[in-house]
Order: sequence, then structure tokens, then C-alpha cells
Amino acid sequence: MHVPDGFINAPVSAGAGLVAAAGIAVCLRGARRELDDRTAPMAGLVAAFVFAVQMLNFPVGPGTSGHLLGGTLAAILVGPYTGALCVAVVLLVQGIFFADGGLTALGVNVVNMSLVTVVVGYLVFRVLTKALPRGRSSVIGSAFSAALISVPVSSLAFVGCYALGGTNDVSLGAVTTAMVGVHILIGIGEAVITGLTVGSIIAARPDLVYGASGIAPELELRPSTATA
Amino acid sequence: MSKHTRGVVLVGMLVALFLAGAVSYYANGSPDGLNRVAMDQGLDEAEKNHALADGPLAGYSTKGVDNERLSGGLAGVAGVALTFLVGGTIGLVLRRRGTDFWTAERHAERGNEHGRARYVSGT
Repeated sequence: MHVPDGFINAPVSAGAGLVAAAGIAVCLRGARRELDDRTAPMAGLVAAFVFAVQMLNFPVGPGTSGHLLGGTLAAILVGPYTGALCVAVVLLVQGIFFADGGLTALGVNVVNMSLVTVVVGYLVFRVLTKALPRGRSSVIGSAFSAALISVPVSSLAFVGCYALGGTNDVSLGAVTTAMVGVHILIGIGEAVITGLTVGSIIAARPDLVYGASGIAPELELRPSTATA
Repeated sequence: MSKHTRGVVLVGMLVALFLAGAVSYYANGSPDGLNRVAMDQGLDEAEKNHALADGPLAGYSTKGVDNERLSGGLAGVAGVALTFLVGGTIGLVLRRRGTDFWTAERHAERGNEHGRARYVSGT
């Protein structure tokens, strides 16, 4: 869903750039609470993994493909603040080195693909995990659903940007219908990838999954009585 | 890197390198959802070329490498390395130092009798 240069006019692109910068600043502060010596390398892994999977476009209809956005996945794995930073890193690297996503559209892309997907995906995930009984399947099911919802909402955020500063006079109703329709299908792919990835890491190391902190075995501190 | 995270990071990075370096060749080449809608609805009327479209990795292919599979694979591997470096550096800079759960455990075990403690996995 990388927006190229020239889709959104300069004022709205600049405004989105300011929103993105403010969001990143908030995340740089918030991420300090999520990262410790143990989880810090996970930020690198999550950024690299999201980059890799974003290369894997899957078909969603005739002549149309989609790829992971990764905000929900990143937020569940390393926490929402760090997760948003990871996706922003991916967008920055893609924009500069891979000519994917316009440089003037970087703010728009960070807002739509990082901030919106993380906020929406993580909120839905939290609400669902609180409502469902504790356990591995609840976490995976919540991850699936949150990822599914985050993608069409992100596409709506793009339509919002286009409504404010689109460079062509188009039917916003038709654009909205088309964008949400195709991104519900892409959201299914996002949900499958997110569920599988969260499930795999939970199976190996539940303590390294930020959003699964409630299901890791309770760790308690006891005086050492054993000699081992 | 904490040895307790190393395994997951190593395995995860191997998976990421494999996906970006090899599997990406088989990715669907059709325009993505946004680009399809842009073409159908005319959002791309004023689209401009990317300012860095001539970069060495632009378009997920490596300049100067003719073999398509190799060109894309190398670009993917480079992207995984770049994102890992930038993301990992951010993680290392922002982390709370000395708050590693497992390091704390090891310190406790090295301490005196009163400080000795161990973490027990309960059910």
C-alpha cells in the first residue's frame, strides 16, 4: 500500500509528515518502557521480518496482489511503540533504497501503514484478549482478528488523505468502496501471516511475545531451597 | 545479545533471509491493492517518478546483476540486513540497561545467601 510521489498534494503530504514525526517521537519515548537487554534484539528481527514478508505479494483477485503491512504483528511481538518504530524503519529503508513509496509520501505512508495499523491492530488485540479466556489460542485468535481489521482501516486512512489532498478529481465513494473491498481480502492474508507468526513464536518462546505476557507461565520468586 | 534471545533472533533472521532472498522470486507480480485502485479510479494521474529510482537496489533488483532471481534475491538480503541493523540499533539505544530479567537472575545467583534466589516456573 506504499503511496508513490504525486498522489497526495504537497500541503497534505507535509501535514502527514508532521503527524508522522510526532508519532515517531511519542514511540521513541514509549519504546523505552518496552525494551530491555533481552528484548532489544527483537526490534531488529521484527523490522527485518516485516521487510522480508512485505516482499511476498500474494494474489487477491484478477490482476491484483497484496502484501503484509505488519503493524499488528510488530505491536504484538515487541509492543506497540517499538512495533510502530519497526514498521517505520521498514518504510524508511524501502523509500530510500528500494524506491518503494515516494519520498514526499513518506509521512503519509508512516501514518497509514505504521501508526494507524499499530494503533488499530493493538487496540483490537487488547480488547479481544481481555474479553476472551486466557490462553494461547485466544492470543492467536485475537492477533488474527486484529490484523484482519487493521488493513481495511489503514486503507480508509489513505482515502482520508486522498480526500484532503488528492491530486485528481475522483469519485471518493467509488474509491472508498474499491479500497476497502480489496483491502478486506488483503486483510485476510495479513491475518493468516500474523496468526501463524505469533503462534510460532509463542510455541517456542512465549516470554518473547509482548502481547502474550498474560499467558506465559507465571514466574515467581522463591528462596532457593534446592541445591541444584 | 542476551543468550536467551539469541536463538529466536538467529532462527528468525534465517527465515527472513530465506523469504527475502529466495521465496520473494515467486511473489505475485500484479499491482497491489492501492496501485490497482489507483489505476482503475485515476488516482495516479499526477504520479511522479521516484527521486531515487536509479538507486542500486531500486525496485527490489540489484543494479548490474542480470539474472533476475539473483538480482531480486540479493536486494532482498540487503534489505533484511539494513532493516535489522537500523531496527536493532534503535532497540539497543532505547533499551533500559541492566534490566534484563535473566541477567538479574544470574546476578542473584552469584550473590550471598540472602540474595540467592531462583525463578520457578509455576503452573
